[in-house]
Amino acid sequence: MDINRKNFTRSRKRVETRLKFYGLTSICFSLLMLATLLISIGLNGYTALQQAYFKISIPVDASEFTSEDGNILKNKINLYDWDGTVNRSFNKLFPEVKSRDDRKKLFSIISSNSGYDFKEIVKKRSLDKGKTVLTVWLSLSDDADQYLKGRLSKDIPEKDRRISNQEIKWVDSLVERKIAQLKFNKTFFTAADSREPESAGILGAVVGSALTLTITILFALPLAVMASIYLEYFAKPGKVTDFIEVNINNLAAVPSIVFGLLGLSVFLSTFGLPRSAPLVGGLVLGLMTLPTIIIATRASIRSIPPSIREAALGLGASKMQAAMHHVLPLATPGILTGTIIGMAQALGETAPLLMIGMVAFIIDVPSSFTSSATAMPVQIFMWSDSAERAFYERSSLAILFLVGFLIIMNLIAVVLRKKFEKRW
Amino acid sequence: MKNFLKILAGAVMLSASAFSTLYAREGDQISIVGSSTVFPFATIVAERFAKNTDFKAPVIESTGSGGGLKLFCAGIGLEHPDVTNASRAIKSSEKEKCVAAGITPVEYLIGYDGITFSNSNKADKFTLTKEEIFKAVSAKIMSNGKMVDNGYKLWSDINPALPNVKIDVLAPPPSSGTRDAFVELVMHSTCKKVYKMPKKGDDGYKALCSALREDGAVTEAGENDNLIIEKLAANKDRFGIFGFSFLDQNKDKVQGSLVDGVEPSMATIADGSYGVSRPLFFYVKKEHIGVVPGIQEYSDYFMGLTKSGGPLEAAGLIPKP
Repeated sequence: MDINRKNFTRSRKRVETRLKFYGLTSICFSLLMLATLLISIGLNGYTALQQAYFKISIPVDASEFTSEDGNILKNKINLYDWDGTVNRSFNKLFPEVKSRDDRKKLFSIISSNSGYDFKEIVKKRSLDKGKTVLTVWLSLSDDADQYLKGRLSKDIPEKDRRISNQEIKWVDSLVERKIAQLKFNKTFFTAADSREPESAGILGAVVGSALTLTITILFALPLAVMASIYLEYFAKPGKVTDFIEVNINNLAAVPSIVFGLLGLSVFLSTFGLPRSAPLVGGLVLGLMTLPTIIIATRASIRSIPPSIREAALGLGASKMQAAMHHVLPLATPGILTGTIIGMAQALGETAPLLMIGMVAFIIDVPSSFTSSATAMPVQIFMWSDSAERAFYERSSLAILFLVGFLIIMNLIAVVLRKKFEKRW
Repeated sequence: MKNFLKILAGAVMLSASAFSTLYAREGDQISIVGSSTVFPFATIVAERFAKNTDFKAPVIESTGSGGGLKLFCAGIGLEHPDVTNASRAIKSSEKEKCVAAGITPVEYLIGYDGITFSNSNKADKFTLTKEEIFKAVSAKIMSNGKMVDNGYKLWSDINPALPNVKIDVLAPPPSSGTRDAFVELVMHSTCKKVYKMPKKGDDGYKALCSALREDGAVTEAGENDNLIIEKLAANKDRFGIFGFSFLDQNKDKVQGSLVDGVEPSMATIADGSYGVSRPLFFYVKKEHIGVVPGIQEYSDYFMGLTKSGGPLEAAGLIPKP
């Protein structure tokens, strides 16, 4: 009998060890998967932090587009031949290239936005009157950039390669003369979308996401808090309340694209709000996160000990006073955690934005709630769909950026909870 | 606590006011919708247009040709788009809808696009006829004068000269203009010209020759053409159907099959000898010209860039001859 009991204990311990081992394996497996994901995206994306630039001296005749007192004339500056100016100076680096066709090929290794980029640089500098020579760094084309980063191999036969032998020779010669090099890709963080990978940036999408989330939080948080307080303290238990509760829980599980369709038919068709605007995007995402926040808020209100509310009521406070003065301040950390998690969910959402026109090509950084905008996951989606190879690394970097944002938001939620959490 | 209440009340009022202020689109931005095939070209035009003129950058959405025309013909006013791109000409039913809403669509032909039937360039290059492609992908095939379910498993079943390889094709989804054009230019064309079938009716080619097979030999891929390229590179026995511009950008990974003896290239598509090519358009809402600034200028700018030797040709558009 005694021996049996001993054996029993031992086998129970063995089971426990095995369970512990299984648990540990699961955790290791998920961590491994996460690490593989992040590392593979990171390896694809880190090269987008750099961009190939070339250094060039370009003569400009400022008198053609500035007034007497040195101000830039808006109508004149667009008429100046910026593309031609840059191209002619670049041609001087390779004086042997003369024929029209060869020059066209030569100019294909610099960004087709060079003229515009140069114009923007000139606008920012205060120029002397008359002719001056400016020395600036401008972007090389995406193919030259990919070649310098080693992503276009010389081993592929020339006819199948995006960059020809001649173009490689030109790029190599620039590098040899130390007037072409990889530098930090500032454009990626200061520009909005572009068709040319070397001019494309994520700022437009970041601002679009920020504007959208502002609307989302302004719309969803007050509604969710009010709804929770009502449901917890005022609603009489009964069939109607049960019905509402079941529906809120169901709403949390509705696929997000459905909210997009709702936005299309209600906000765009009925109310006539503008397409592609963060205002509409925010409202749609607000509707989507509403149930998440309501559920979190109700849970955190319920976790406040009833004694606090009862004490307030006992001292003669009204229901409203008890809820607003005593329960809600104590429940705030929980509400905020729920809200941040809801916002993180909204930040990563693309499907509902598709229906209301926020999946669009937009060159300007949005400036208001009604100007056209995209969001970060949309930008990733659009870049990954582009034919140009250089967009591949840029979408990977954008993914890292987005994941970074999400981690920060979740960290804030954890820290808030840890800091303000009270044990009763 | 009072503060919290005030903030809460403020937030509610703000969201309410945002809700009640009925904005239309900001009126100085051209709104463009339509075909995902024309999208890459239109975005190049829009960017250059914005950077070289004083007009604001147009906003471009990729909705597919059909979706774009639906939005375009919905009405006049700033909540409706000004321009729609299309990888096919407007249908008469769509035109009627437009006219009923008081819209005059102005058509611009920008050039041509070829549809390629491609595989990995690690495999052999195929030479196919339209009929052979039809036999590989159609749900129904012609057998003894009757349309029956397609039973071909291997390419060599279709033509003994072709390799002994399983038929495995990635096709674009029904929402895409590429699919519409493929069905029309390869499948309908085979039924019409080779099998002499009538257009309409139960035994017409519209009814019998529009469906792709669903027994596993044809897989519908998403709208993402890059994904198709990756899948072709990973499996050299697989074929994909996509536009010529993607073949052009990814020549180091994939190759286009010869169709009816002609290799897909800029030259063969432009002169019409490559049989699977289609015209690309954009349509402008005449009633919005002058209301939204820059529409006429954008159209002229677009047509200027479509010329041979221009930036759109470099991106894979085949210019008008």
